[in-house]
Amino acid sequence: MAQSRSSSTHDAQGRPLVAVTGLGIVTSLGQGASENWEALTAGRSGIRAIRRFPTEGLRTRIAGTVDFLDTDPLVAPLLSERFATVAADEAVAQSGIGASFPGALFVAVPPVEMEWPQREALAAAAGSNEGAITYSELQRAAASRRFDSWHDLFIFGTVADRLADRFGTKGSPISLSTACSSGATAIQLGVEAIRRGEMDAALCIGTDGSVNPESLIRFSLLSALSTQNDPPEAASKPFSKNRDGFVMGEGAAALVLESAESARARGADILGYVLGCGEKGDGFHRTRSSPDGAPVIAAMRAALSDAGVEPEAIDHVNAHGTSTPENDKMEALGCSAVFGERVARLPISSNKSMIGHTLTAAGAIEAVVSLLTIRNGRIPPTINYAVPDPALMLDVVDRTRDVRISRVLSNSFGFGGQNTCLVLGDEP
Amino acid sequence: MKRDVVVTGIGLVSCAGEGIEAHLAAFASKAAPRTDAETFAPYPVHPVVPLTFDAQIPKKSDQRQMEPWQRLGVYAAGLALDSTGVKNDPAFKAALQLVVAAGGGERDYAVDGAILSGLREAADPGAFLNERLLNDLRPTLFLAQLSNLLAGNISIVHGVTGASRTFMGEEACGVDALRIAHARVASGQIDTIMVGSSYNAERPDVMVVHELGGFLAKPVYRPVFERHEDNGGFVLGSAAAFLVLEAAEHAASRGARALARLMPVANDRVTRAPGTVSASLTRLIGEAGVARPDVVLSGATGLADLAAEELAGIRAAFPEADIRATGDLVGHPMEVAAPFGAALAAALCAAGSASEVAVTSVGHRRGEGVIRVLAA
Repeated sequence: MAQSRSSSTHDAQGRPLVAVTGLGIVTSLGQGASENWEALTAGRSGIRAIRRFPTEGLRTRIAGTVDFLDTDPLVAPLLSERFATVAADEAVAQSGIGASFPGALFVAVPPVEMEWPQREALAAAAGSNEGAITYSELQRAAASRRFDSWHDLFIFGTVADRLADRFGTKGSPISLSTACSSGATAIQLGVEAIRRGEMDAALCIGTDGSVNPESLIRFSLLSALSTQNDPPEAASKPFSKNRDGFVMGEGAAALVLESAESARARGADILGYVLGCGEKGDGFHRTRSSPDGAPVIAAMRAALSDAGVEPEAIDHVNAHGTSTPENDKMEALGCSAVFGERVARLPISSNKSMIGHTLTAAGAIEAVVSLLTIRNGRIPPTINYAVPDPALMLDVVDRTRDVRISRVLSNSFGFGGQNTCLVLGDEP
Repeated sequence: MKRDVVVTGIGLVSCAGEGIEAHLAAFASKAAPRTDAETFAPYPVHPVVPLTFDAQIPKKSDQRQMEPWQRLGVYAAGLALDSTGVKNDPAFKAALQLVVAAGGGERDYAVDGAILSGLREAADPGAFLNERLLNDLRPTLFLAQLSNLLAGNISIVHGVTGASRTFMGEEACGVDALRIAHARVASGQIDTIMVGSSYNAERPDVMVVHELGGFLAKPVYRPVFERHEDNGGFVLGSAAAFLVLEAAEHAASRGARALARLMPVANDRVTRAPGTVSASLTRLIGEAGVARPDVVLSGATGLADLAAEELAGIRAAFPEADIRATGDLVGHPMEVAAPFGAALAAALCAAGSASEVAVTSVGHRRGEGVIRVLAA
């Protein structure tokens, strides 16, 4: 056991402490930390009927879309870029770190591909009014050079490239995916880079603007979505007995991470710390967790161990809490194993009850909410917790609760065996 | 902490064959790569050799749940684990981390075509699209499309369950994957990691995306550095490459053979203007500490202007360097280009054919990188 060397700038393992000096957030509830915090602590829902595209014939017709920001064309990569920009503008401004960001960019972005309006436009431009359309027609239309600007729109590196230009981040920006834990992984990559001493600051973003017909239908075909469309705001009900799936959401969050040493040296206001990150892969199934919960448990324990804290030090769990039967059961099982009997008295809450599952952005959005929770001593509720699932034995925060919170465990789990957990705190 | 990082496993598949020997032979022969100029005419591609997937993906149900880009990747990852000698070492694989550079999965071309045809006459296009997607999309296709599900399938099929991260973003993310993987091992954050990528070129949707902008070479293959007309272009190649990296002391303690040493990766993203790529590459060659490369493996895409800048950037540092385009072995496998170059470099070092190899990468839209590999 290494001798404890914890100080105001380094953790017990002698690594640079990672402070948070800027936060930004946009969700269906609004733009900016204050609007979101007000809505979240008022228990307001951002879930509503989808107006962006026709929903006729769909089993699920609701989502937490960000309707007050749009793009032309309205496609996932542009929306994701817009949300990310808004969130990062807020975070960078709050940090006061300057217009040319002195560190790298780590951005969790949804997978990118050409969307239906563009395929249709290429098919129309190919000019064949009869006979079956194949990809040969689309290729021929693409060769007309009229649509060349779409190349950059539909390759994977563009969102990060444009963000890097706007914020002046250094080096090669990293676009990443770990499915629904991506936002947490973006933060983890930033933490690791600062701990390695490669940089003093990192801009970490999670963003997702992919509520479009095909994305919605893909999740629907996997029976992952709630079909309780009416009323929309009651559909997402994490940890409830009658939960029936998640509701897609959109948004972004950005965090400015800095070594505590560098933040202090420039007199920045430290909003909190990322004390630990943990992850563990699961090879059981593409969409389901190992039945014994071992990987979920290992990820939570790895985060605690990385933070150098015992389970008793955690005051609150910001749950992944998707509202699917499977996730909430496994997360409760995992929490029970990690926290023991105390789980029944450990406040746990899911922001997804109000903003839906923001997918690629969720880990970052929920990390920001966790830090706001710590700063305000107030836990946003899990709304729609009318019929508790008696099997879960959790202290689900169903009404806004005022309590001193020093350390939060924020969980993120995703398809493909992705499990990433963060420990966020007010002090080292 | 700064530790040496060694390559202890290599897995390769491409049009040149499968495994280390096939690729060393292709490198030595200097023959033109196997090309198919018919199937996707006017676009030539370098198709992957036929593989016996059962050898690395025993369960048919697993094979069915994947699209070709995932099968290629899982196959090559299996070869890498075999080469490391850990295929039957559950403890090693349970701790093994994973960084995958990936794009996205494939479309159901028949479904897309039928929907586009039907949309022309649909009275209510929105409702028609919804109905057809709901009825015609295979539910499992989504899982074959998600970028992180190559890593997910490697976890499921091979039991590699340390934890995985997937980087996206064309050529540059392949370099980033190597850079971050190396840095995590060198700094002591982890001991072992598998890094790699997979790309299926034999799909018409990627030809749409890369025809946009006019990035594809037509109608036949020509050597990468001889594509001058109309600014050249790339010939996509199906390929997958994985490397197992270990802290040198970790490899030594378990008696594993170090095939090569991977040095810290240097990469950047400069604003593209005449001369900037060249200057960036020369600077990165210096940062990577490239000293006396026996060969420089260039990942040049085939775009003439960028290839000229890349060659100038290399020549500025090493006027006499022997420069070989990996595109002339396997075509342009996008995210795989840099991991393939690094894996071939390690194979050359392991075979005693080189003591130092530099791998260069210039992305078709962004990103420059230099990877230095030394004999162990």
